[in-house]
Amino acid sequence: MADRDATAELVDRVRDATARRAPLRVVGGDTKRFLGRILECDLLELDVHTGIVSYDPAELVITARGGTRLDAIVAALGQHGQRLPFEPPSFGGAATLGGTVACGLSGPARAFAGPLRDYMLGARILAGDGRVLRFGGEVMKNVAGYDVARTMAGAFGTLGVLLDVSLKVLPAARHTRTLALELDQPAALAHLEQLARTSLPLSASSWTDGVLWLRFEGSERTLDDVQRRVGGEAVDDGAALWTSVREQTHRFFATGTRTWRLHVPASAPPLDLPADPLIEWNGMQRWYALDSTDVRDVAIAGGGNATLFRNARPEDTVFERPPEAVMRLHKALKAVFDPAGILNPSRMYPDL
Amino acid sequence: MAPDPALVRKLRESLGKEAVLASAESCVAFDCDALTAHRRTPDLVVLPTDTAGVQAVLRIAAAHGTPVVARGAGTGLSGGALPVEGGILLVLSRLNRILEVDPRRRLARVQPGVTNLAVSDAAAPHGLFYAPDPSSQVACTIGGNVAENSGGVHCLKYGLTVHNLLEVVIATWDGELVTVGSPLGEAPGLSLLPLVTGSEGMLGVVVETTVRLVPVPERVELVLAAFDDVAACADAVGGIIAAGILPAGLEMMDGPAIRAVEAFVQCGYPVDAAAVLLCELDGLAHDVEAQLAETVELLRRGGATSLRVARDAAERARMWSGRKSAFPAVGRLAPDYYCMDGTIPRRQLAAVLARIAEMSREAGLAVANVFHAGDGNLHPLILFDAGQPGDLERAERLGAAILELCVAVGGTVTGEHGVGVEKLGPMCSQFGTPELEAFHSIKRAFDPHGRLNPGKAVPTLARCAEYGAMRVHGGKLPHAHLPRF
Repeated sequence: MADRDATAELVDRVRDATARRAPLRVVGGDTKRFLGRILECDLLELDVHTGIVSYDPAELVITARGGTRLDAIVAALGQHGQRLPFEPPSFGGAATLGGTVACGLSGPARAFAGPLRDYMLGARILAGDGRVLRFGGEVMKNVAGYDVARTMAGAFGTLGVLLDVSLKVLPAARHTRTLALELDQPAALAHLEQLARTSLPLSASSWTDGVLWLRFEGSERTLDDVQRRVGGEAVDDGAALWTSVREQTHRFFATGTRTWRLHVPASAPPLDLPADPLIEWNGMQRWYALDSTDVRDVAIAGGGNATLFRNARPEDTVFERPPEAVMRLHKALKAVFDPAGILNPSRMYPDL
Repeated sequence: MAPDPALVRKLRESLGKEAVLASAESCVAFDCDALTAHRRTPDLVVLPTDTAGVQAVLRIAAAHGTPVVARGAGTGLSGGALPVEGGILLVLSRLNRILEVDPRRRLARVQPGVTNLAVSDAAAPHGLFYAPDPSSQVACTIGGNVAENSGGVHCLKYGLTVHNLLEVVIATWDGELVTVGSPLGEAPGLSLLPLVTGSEGMLGVVVETTVRLVPVPERVELVLAAFDDVAACADAVGGIIAAGILPAGLEMMDGPAIRAVEAFVQCGYPVDAAAVLLCELDGLAHDVEAQLAETVELLRRGGATSLRVARDAAERARMWSGRKSAFPAVGRLAPDYYCMDGTIPRRQLAAVLARIAEMSREAGLAVANVFHAGDGNLHPLILFDAGQPGDLERAERLGAAILELCVAVGGTVTGEHGVGVEKLGPMCSQFGTPELEAFHSIKRAFDPHGRLNPGKAVPTLARCAEYGAMRVHGGKLPHAHLPRF
């Protein structure tokens, strides 16, 4: 799609919706509509607002309009040997930068490179009452004013429409190697814990069906050293494996049952649930395909939390609810940026 | 102003007599932070020793309608901990315990008064360290680091404070405890951790922090490159990064700074150079070796007139000592210096330095430049003599003009030191009325009565109207619709 700045028409749409108190569902490529509560209402489509605004590889910063397709961003960075370090999933070719930031999801590299939020430098947002506000900027270090831009990451569009986003980018790995080790779940978790005590250049880990997959990055000599120390078989199609985990096209996710994302301490032992998980992020992220809603209690008992990521029923709670004191701050912030409450109401919580 | 005796009594009943200082003689030691040009003796200083004590102070202050300013070690460079009239100065230095170091999960849980370096020292036996390293790291506290989102010389690779925090517990204005973030990395709900980080004590008082620890790198190499042209040095910085190398530190100094430093610590910098670049590479041995060779070649081709790779840790420490003592070294050149903290896009480095040199000549005040070149964070040091009438004002005007230049080229007025009281004016050139109003609304969302560190970090619209009246940009008066006072 051609570059186009549609700020003016988006402002008009939002002002009109505010005047009518008519909620809007903010949509980029709508590839992540399965996540969170979907309100049937008018759409505010961001795919009319597209284009990379600035990208200078030597600055390690890219700024693009919210409706720009994620694959276009990744391709532009790839041409200069750079990448989005948090390796975001797209869940479909139509995924946009705005939707990616709004959902705040990070991929296999998350446990090693940090989450999407860490790479947010600035954002121009369209508030729920039509104000256009710019926070942060295009420089690495910036402590002027409250860090509103980072707060937009994972806010599911409830605090504003992401018009432009500036992200820090990094050089891509020159070489990667994926090793496969046959281990059962307890042994895999123990192995990951041992790895976490080393400075080996691990950049992704995944366990499922009795195999622990490890991705390392570095020079060829480093990777040879790593393989000598870690053992296991080098796999040829490592990239395809990590894409299938990231995009959830892996057969583990081919299920119609509720699919849970659990965040637990990496050191948590295998959880007492009647299914085998797919484990990522050194043990911190564990996926379960299970119809039982007891999963949430097990996650909490294990010192973590659960998100009902896919195949939620209408009556289900999707996101864990923060404590009431924190929820009050959520509502106060919502009132700052969307006083009429028209942007993605109830997407995250019924009362937000 | 003498503090309200009823307030003093309540605080002493709750915290004990020795935790409350109410006489001017005992309070005067807390009259400023490291921005010493701004001073005010606090009316009342309280030094609680635990979280419950902090909560008690806030509850009592809330009941009395008294403002509270939090303070760590007082090493801040923007006046963020400057006492306010009629307020309580809440000193957190006695909450100084390291509660937990967990090498398995690579985290440490600490109280706000723990010094930055103490966290790395506690992690060292496990081969781990806490990455953000502000130059004041021996003295500055984690609570203050969170409040300012402090940086350091290794931010390019390891990030700012915000990138190295997992969870922060704050006490809100009324003494309630709120946890933001999570040891798991992300907490359910909105991301409040970044909002609290760098909020300069305006949204809550930090009472506990869980920080991320990272492995001590296997190999470290340091290169010192000299240039006879500032622009060539600046271009070399971009060249290294564009080549796909991410140094742990990439620091630049200009001629005046080099000569000041060499006279002060004799660290072996070439005094005839127009600029020097310090480039530190770290990681696994093979990777670092390959990057070192590539970096040396890039610097040579980029016009470096001399190149030196530190032979060992001792030489590395000596080469770093120059950079790390740059502020006091420059401080010997004049009775006073004023340190700026703007950040600019790296590609503007050469042009901005040239313009700063012009502005320095126009103002008649010397400027030495020390900066985190890797991330474009400048620290121009303006030399002046506060004993000379008008000199401080001239220095402040030059500083403000430099910050406006940073904004004009697409940067920011503060990269790591914070706004405090110092940059309230320049904030008006970076943000428009809608953004400033949003900041004030966020403040009210956390602190509805404006009790926490009032008047800092975000300028009032009235102040910006006054500031705008002094400085008209491109024929346009900012905040034009506001009444002028």
